[in-house]
Amino acid sequence: MAQYLMSVLADTTGLATAEEMAAIDVFNEQLQADGHWVFAGGLAAPDTATVVDARHGEPVFTDGPYLESKEHIAGFWIVEAPDLDVALRLAAGGSKSCNRRVELRPLLGA
Amino acid sequence: MTDVAEVITRVHRAEWARLVATLARRLGDLDVAEEMTAEAFATAVERWPVDGVPPNPGGWLTTTAQRKAIDRLRREARREEKHQEALMLFDTPEPLGAIDDDRLRLLFTCCHPALAMEARIALTLRMVGGLTVPEIARAFLVQEATVGQRITRAKAKIKAARIPYGVPFRADLPARVGGVLAVLYLIFNEGYLPADPAKAAIRADLTAEAIRLTRLVEALLPADGEVTGLLALMLLTEARRAARVSASGELVTLGEQDRGAWDRALIAEGHALVRARIATGQPPGRYQLLAAINAVHTHAPDARDTDWSQVVALYDQLVRLDPSPIVRLNRAVAVAEVDGPQVALAQVDGLPLEGYHAYHATRAELLRRLGRSGQSRAAYDRAIELAGNTAETAYLIRRRDQLVGR
Repeated sequence: MAQYLMSVLADTTGLATAEEMAAIDVFNEQLQADGHWVFAGGLAAPDTATVVDARHGEPVFTDGPYLESKEHIAGFWIVEAPDLDVALRLAAGGSKSCNRRVELRPLLGA
Repeated sequence: MTDVAEVITRVHRAEWARLVATLARRLGDLDVAEEMTAEAFATAVERWPVDGVPPNPGGWLTTTAQRKAIDRLRREARREEKHQEALMLFDTPEPLGAIDDDRLRLLFTCCHPALAMEARIALTLRMVGGLTVPEIARAFLVQEATVGQRITRAKAKIKAARIPYGVPFRADLPARVGGVLAVLYLIFNEGYLPADPAKAAIRADLTAEAIRLTRLVEALLPADGEVTGLLALMLLTEARRAARVSASGELVTLGEQDRGAWDRALIAEGHALVRARIATGQPPGRYQLLAAINAVHTHAPDARDTDWSQVVALYDQLVRLDPSPIVRLNRAVAVAEVDGPQVALAQVDGLPLEGYHAYHATRAELLRRLGRSGQSRAAYDRAIELAGNTAETAYLIRRRDQLVGR
């Protein structure tokens, strides 16, 4: 089994609608029932982010996201799947449920 | 020793994909499978001229590649525990009839939709076709380093993202077979219609390679009508190769080709495949329809004998499957033969194909037949500007310069 990160890509900061939330709930329950579920969460808007850099002594805090971009990550799943074909199916289900594009990436050595 | 060289070339064609595919399944590693296969052939090149060709060349190569793989894995196993697993896998007995399935697995992996199209093409030609990186680079006129990077990156993604080495889910199968066929058709067209003017001469290799690989897929998936359709389409296209470019390097259109120069054997084979598909009574897909259209053309002893209403009827079916502007443009060419250039022009005008040379070439031809020389000339100019293929450009220039009046 491998683990994959499914990042939800969004170009607006609007939250999921009630309909989308309901579809996401159904999808999550299915993930759990089928044994694919590891973790999932929605993220607050990018302007709530703080960048922390502690590489050179005292940590430096910077308000805002590291990169200003049109698109940002609005949420994510971590799923478990035997191979990419299964993970692609899960990502397609996730994209459909949250009504947004999803980027699928394997976790290293998981 | 040329005899031995010929044998090696022939065995390379016949056995390369099978060797890579079998080793990849046993080792669970495409990279090692490819390397060991290449090394086994290198050993054959050294030894066969001296020791003679073994009675069973394929078996000899398999044994040699396996020995090399075991040696290598043992060496690595000392370093890494997890390769012990691979070594054990290696000792499992061969499942019955798994050889062909392995080649299919290899194809599905190389043509996986999670890989970029360029990577799929390079990987398929390398892993299944057995072409070297320099050969692929030459065929596509790109740097060897670029091809090497594409293949390396694709193999890394296959490993890291766990692109499976297997036949897809049943529900995904039609789309995934379609993906394999798209790669093979692109390889064929790259050979048949090179878009880049500088790369004309070496193209025959690519069409031959595409046909060889499609034959392989057809042997592995004989029940899939689209595979048969694509093979028939390639054969009926390839049959006209010799007549398609004149001695002076100019494109010769279908209507003007010397039909005596067509390859009768390829046409007979293509026609038989099309007839076999029609006999199944199953609704034809895109490649089967394109093959059927080509069968109508190659059936006519003279261009004037072409059954154009049959061609239009087949295009009507194709438009229902694929209503893209390019299909409608090609349909209009047949319509011109049935209903005249005026009707065809009305169907062509307004198609969103401003940047496509064939759109302007078709308009130019229809306008020429309507006696509208000035507009025709302008359309030829635009087509010449956009055409990349040398033979096609030469043809368009001659046609334009034949125009009289305005």
